[in-house]
Amino acid sequence: MGLVARTVTRATANALDRRFKAAGGARRQASHVFPKHHSFFWGEFALYSFAVLVVSGVYLALFFVPDTTEVVYRGPYEPMQGLSMSRAYHSVLTLSFEVRAGLFLRQLHHWAALLFVAGMILHMSRNFFTGAFRRPRELTWLGGVALLALGIFEGYLGYSMLDDLLSGLGVRIFSGILLSVPLVGTWLHWAVFGGEFFGDIWISRFFIAHVFLVPALLVALIGMHIGLVWYQKHTQFPGPGAREDTVVGERAVPGFVSRTVANGVCLLAVLGLMAGIFQINPVFLWGPYVPSQVSTYIQPDFYAGFLIGGLRLWPRWEIHLGAYTVPAPFWVGLVLPLLMFALLAAYPLLERLGTGDRGAHQVLQRPRDNPTRTGIGAMGLTFWGILFASGATDVIAATFDIPFELLVWAGRIGLLVLPPLAYVVVRRICLGLQRADRDVLERGVRTGVLQERPDGVYLEVRRPPGGADHAGRPIPLDYGGARVDHRPAASPEPVAGSVTEEQR
Amino acid sequence: MSTPREPTGPELERLSRSELVDLGHTLDGIRIVTDEPPPGSSDPRRERRNRRRVTLLLVLSLLAAGAFVGAYLFWPTGYVPPGAPGHTAHLLYTPLLGITFFGAVGALGAAMIVYVRSFYPDEVAVQHLEKGPSAERDRFTAAATFAEAGAHTGFGRRALIRRLGLTGLGVVGILGGLVAIGGLVRNPWKEGGDAPLWTTGWKPVGGETVFLRETTGDPTEIVKIRPEDVDPDGMVTVVPFRESERGDVEALHAAEMAPDNPVMLIRLPPGTRVDHLPRREDLHYGDYYAFSKVCTHLGCPASLYDTRLQVFLCPCHQSQFKITEGARPIFGPAARPLPQLPITVDADGFLVARGDFPDPVGPSFWEIGRGSH
Repeated sequence: MGLVARTVTRATANALDRRFKAAGGARRQASHVFPKHHSFFWGEFALYSFAVLVVSGVYLALFFVPDTTEVVYRGPYEPMQGLSMSRAYHSVLTLSFEVRAGLFLRQLHHWAALLFVAGMILHMSRNFFTGAFRRPRELTWLGGVALLALGIFEGYLGYSMLDDLLSGLGVRIFSGILLSVPLVGTWLHWAVFGGEFFGDIWISRFFIAHVFLVPALLVALIGMHIGLVWYQKHTQFPGPGAREDTVVGERAVPGFVSRTVANGVCLLAVLGLMAGIFQINPVFLWGPYVPSQVSTYIQPDFYAGFLIGGLRLWPRWEIHLGAYTVPAPFWVGLVLPLLMFALLAAYPLLERLGTGDRGAHQVLQRPRDNPTRTGIGAMGLTFWGILFASGATDVIAATFDIPFELLVWAGRIGLLVLPPLAYVVVRRICLGLQRADRDVLERGVRTGVLQERPDGVYLEVRRPPGGADHAGRPIPLDYGGARVDHRPAASPEPVAGSVTEEQR
Repeated sequence: MSTPREPTGPELERLSRSELVDLGHTLDGIRIVTDEPPPGSSDPRRERRNRRRVTLLLVLSLLAAGAFVGAYLFWPTGYVPPGAPGHTAHLLYTPLLGITFFGAVGALGAAMIVYVRSFYPDEVAVQHLEKGPSAERDRFTAAATFAEAGAHTGFGRRALIRRLGLTGLGVVGILGGLVAIGGLVRNPWKEGGDAPLWTTGWKPVGGETVFLRETTGDPTEIVKIRPEDVDPDGMVTVVPFRESERGDVEALHAAEMAPDNPVMLIRLPPGTRVDHLPRREDLHYGDYYAFSKVCTHLGCPASLYDTRLQVFLCPCHQSQFKITEGARPIFGPAARPLPQLPITVDADGFLVARGDFPDPVGPSFWEIGRGSH
């Protein structure tokens, strides 16, 4: 560092410390130890995507006009010449064709939104399957569940307000789901849309929710979420030195901060590449929303797929209570997603009630070491996956030439049969993996090398990680929760022939 | 852990940097277990190679950044239609931005990763974690602090004031919520029998004839329909039209944009047997049937017409409506038949509506059973 830089740094640090007494805190935070594991990046992955969303979104908002007023297009994009469209859709065309890098930034924003939600789902899965949500981190988990729900809603609001032919149908469906609420549905619809669908105020309301209300909640929740992770320290996988009262890893400065920033920069680069070469949500191909028109392959963004899948599978069960009706979409458009998120939110409590484990946990579990939880997670993911796939029945039907009636029935039956099956299968797999680990620790790694004993019996050479005693018997090791290496080359004591096991 | 004696200023001055770091770690409960020297600088050749890699990546990043700025500023951006010169260049603009952006930012990120992996020490640090609740001392003193606040302010004793005060705060909160929501509330049933959920643009106003007008994509174009304009098995999307709207572009466009209005006019092949639903026996005109295009499930246009099966299919959730059975739902999530518009032919031979739909149009709702008339 040059003399000037050094002097300036020192003066700034002194000035700050005199005012804020910051030295002790700065040292403590810089030395904050953060455990290392590649799966811990998913949360940061979602966080950096969110940062890209905020920055690109603010820029896009400078061009987007949240207005339902109909205007006639007279811009350079020929296919839309003379068409009537809302000013909102018009402004998106202008942004896409007449603003430098406008399309690039729109696609960057959209891809970042997809990766944001995808990152949250991966991050949440990691936390679920390793038991990171256990005491004392229930609040962090709850915040995460709220973030996922809000993130999905935020994404829906964002693509809806462009008012193109595809998103218009999504708004229509939202309107129909509001109407389906028993007792207050019509009133709810009138409160949101200001009247009958679609009215002239919904875009400004979606806009203010998309750019202010929901992002404000997201920022607050993300702040709480990360604050809690930092304050309570990150969980860690079992390993040398990893105990309930330690954190093993590297210090924030320089290691952790450098790595996470470098990963974040790489994520930004990939997002930019996707924004440049992968077309996403080309609303200029769909055209403006017209109620009488429709295209085939009605597909929302992936995170809304489970909702549309549920709507497609649910049978037409309208319940009539005297003169009143509970429409079928209510159960699957509103109750089902609320129930799914409620179960997610309540899972830490349910597990505690089920297992009686009230202890605080700093050390994570490998998924195989809690087969019941892993099975339940597989069950949930299967349920979600079938709903998701059913959201694409039309595409699957057309691509593979299968009648979609068949797909709908497959989805309906699959939704009831496959999740329990996934539970049983995954649980068995976990138990098998546990046994395989114990086998290595107690009897050694299988080498695949056979030896013939003088009496003609063939034996497989084993390499016990704990070594062998003087009689050549393996010294068994206890399983401590950490990864067990099954590769022959990785085990320490290549005592060929001395440690053997009979082939049965 | 024990807190070491606070060292004095001169003592601190004498400590080396690593001794100071150790002191800090002792204070923060941290132990550095391994601090392996950087793997990439173990021997001069590897060190040189890694240094070269990082430098190269950083130069690449700068070059790509320059290319990005160049593309951003100087590449032609305006829309060029297919076939016109410059169309390809127009198509390449966004990919070019993406690729140069990826080069600039990606090379920077890669340089950071290579640098960290080769030159940072391979560190394993262990930090002691303060588990569980606060120290007894803190718990007792905190509880006492709040108890004393309650006692000194008198809120602990004056139960009535406390309860009234809390109720007051609650009421203020409710008032806030009321004001926030109150303004949004609108009565969907203000118009009574003419409420928007019961009526559509097909409702006759002042006895004026309501024609079936074909939607052509041009809101100013008026195409009224005679029966012979539709072929057998043909389908035409129509919206309501009144002669008083002729020349009124806004009204013509509004009729096309009103979500309740779109109607599918179909002509069944002559002699097709139709099982009419109850109360729907006389809504059609010969082989001509007019059904609402709005799906009764969630409102998408149920307009994929399979003439072979005589079925309407909704592309959103795949509800199917059998036309020859009065547009009854036969598969999928829709529960109600598509509403049917009563039609006939006027003196000049144009198809006209004989009134509004007898059944509510669009998705079901709580009160829908009260509206069938």
